[in-house]
Amino acid sequence: MAVIAVIDYGMGNLHSVAKALEHVAPNQQVIISGDSQRIAEADRVVLPGVGAMRDCIKAMHDAGVAELVHRISRDRPFLGVCVGMQALLEHSTENGGVDALGLFPGRVQRFENGLIDASGAPCKVPHMGWNQVEQTLDHPLWQGIDNQARFYFVHSYYARPEPRDQVAGLCTYQVPFAAAIARDSIFATQFHPEKSAADGLRLYRNFAHWDGRY
Amino acid sequence: MALAKRIIPCLDVDKGRVVKGVNFVGIRDAGDPIEVARRYNEQGADELTMLDITATHEGRETMIDTVHSIAGQVFIPLTIGGGIRTCEDIRAMLNAGADKVSINSAAVKNPAFVNEASERFGAQCIVVAIDAKQTGAGEWEIFTHGGRQPTGIDAVQWARDMEGRGAGEILLTSMDRDGVKTGFDLALTRAVADAVSIPVIASGGVGNLDHLADGVLEGHADAVLAASIFHFGEFTVPQAKQHMQGRGIEMRL
Repeated sequence: MAVIAVIDYGMGNLHSVAKALEHVAPNQQVIISGDSQRIAEADRVVLPGVGAMRDCIKAMHDAGVAELVHRISRDRPFLGVCVGMQALLEHSTENGGVDALGLFPGRVQRFENGLIDASGAPCKVPHMGWNQVEQTLDHPLWQGIDNQARFYFVHSYYARPEPRDQVAGLCTYQVPFAAAIARDSIFATQFHPEKSAADGLRLYRNFAHWDGRY
Repeated sequence: MALAKRIIPCLDVDKGRVVKGVNFVGIRDAGDPIEVARRYNEQGADELTMLDITATHEGRETMIDTVHSIAGQVFIPLTIGGGIRTCEDIRAMLNAGADKVSINSAAVKNPAFVNEASERFGAQCIVVAIDAKQTGAGEWEIFTHGGRQPTGIDAVQWARDMEGRGAGEILLTSMDRDGVKTGFDLALTRAVADAVSIPVIASGGVGNLDHLADGVLEGHADAVLAASIFHFGEFTVPQAKQHMQGRGIEMRL
């Protein structure tokens, strides 16, 4: 039986992610684990994350997850979610500046307070709710999901959409930002597929059957 | 293309059962929160809120089981409120599968609890619920104990204070309008929504679909919460969304 490991480093929406995976992949074993050995033996790995970036990165280093992610993320399907996506970039301006794992070039920065959108309405921070994602990369994880489908976001920091060839999905809130990024066998989303109803579940189902290539 | 405004059906739950009743066509057990939650999920609700009105410890354990069951079947954001007093309460709800908790009287009693909760769990999961009553022209005061106990705290000032302490969202209920079905207190909603830079959910008073749209267009709310208009099958969530979109509001259809 194939194993999907949800990495437990003490931060994150582990249970929601695991329940969504169990729902879409009843024939695979979904484990929540902080054990490097067990995670390294899994067929697919998910890195969730919520909360402050500094705490997440520190917890990843303390748990040995940072090193593990570098080692295993490019030889099997690997999915980062929310702060689990932001952690894959080089740097975040959150908490006075935090160096992240650096698997993708670029940095994470805060939405500005007090800005307004095209219709004149204020852009509140956090960016919370359902927003549209433009699929900018033809990727197996988008299979069966309409371009411009809405996903559930909740975040105050965002990844700049560069370099373009690693951006899999774009969303606009004040500015265009990376809603999803991809390289090799890594895919990561700023939104929460586990909270995005049918389209989110479809993305997890695609992940559970993905061979890591695109 | 923009962020959609949200529709949030709200369930009052006592000892694991929906109270005030829900009366959908075709539902088998109107008191089962899992079945009701699943139904709203199928209708395309953007989030769900459940308020636990249970007073006993045993009832609370039942609520945790309920949250656990819903989270395994309903994949939209779930907020749990009612009786959240400690970080342990929050942890129990989040571990059971809630995405956010709503803090009400515990914040009034000890505002620093909001700081503590936000630092520990992240602002994204801390909703502060504000129950306000009009006390004068353009003046609203926070009340606790179901609207019986005045606190002397100004609602708009309180919302700003809660934002500063790390609330990620405000759930604003007009005690004057709750259950009256004459529409949100739009002046209150607007005063609070314009005073803070975090999202505000309007609550209390919805009797028809124009009330929902007014909450966004005139009240500047980011989301609208309603109970009875949906519970009794008067309107469905898709009807509400169509109507709001028809009035020019960005919705997830």
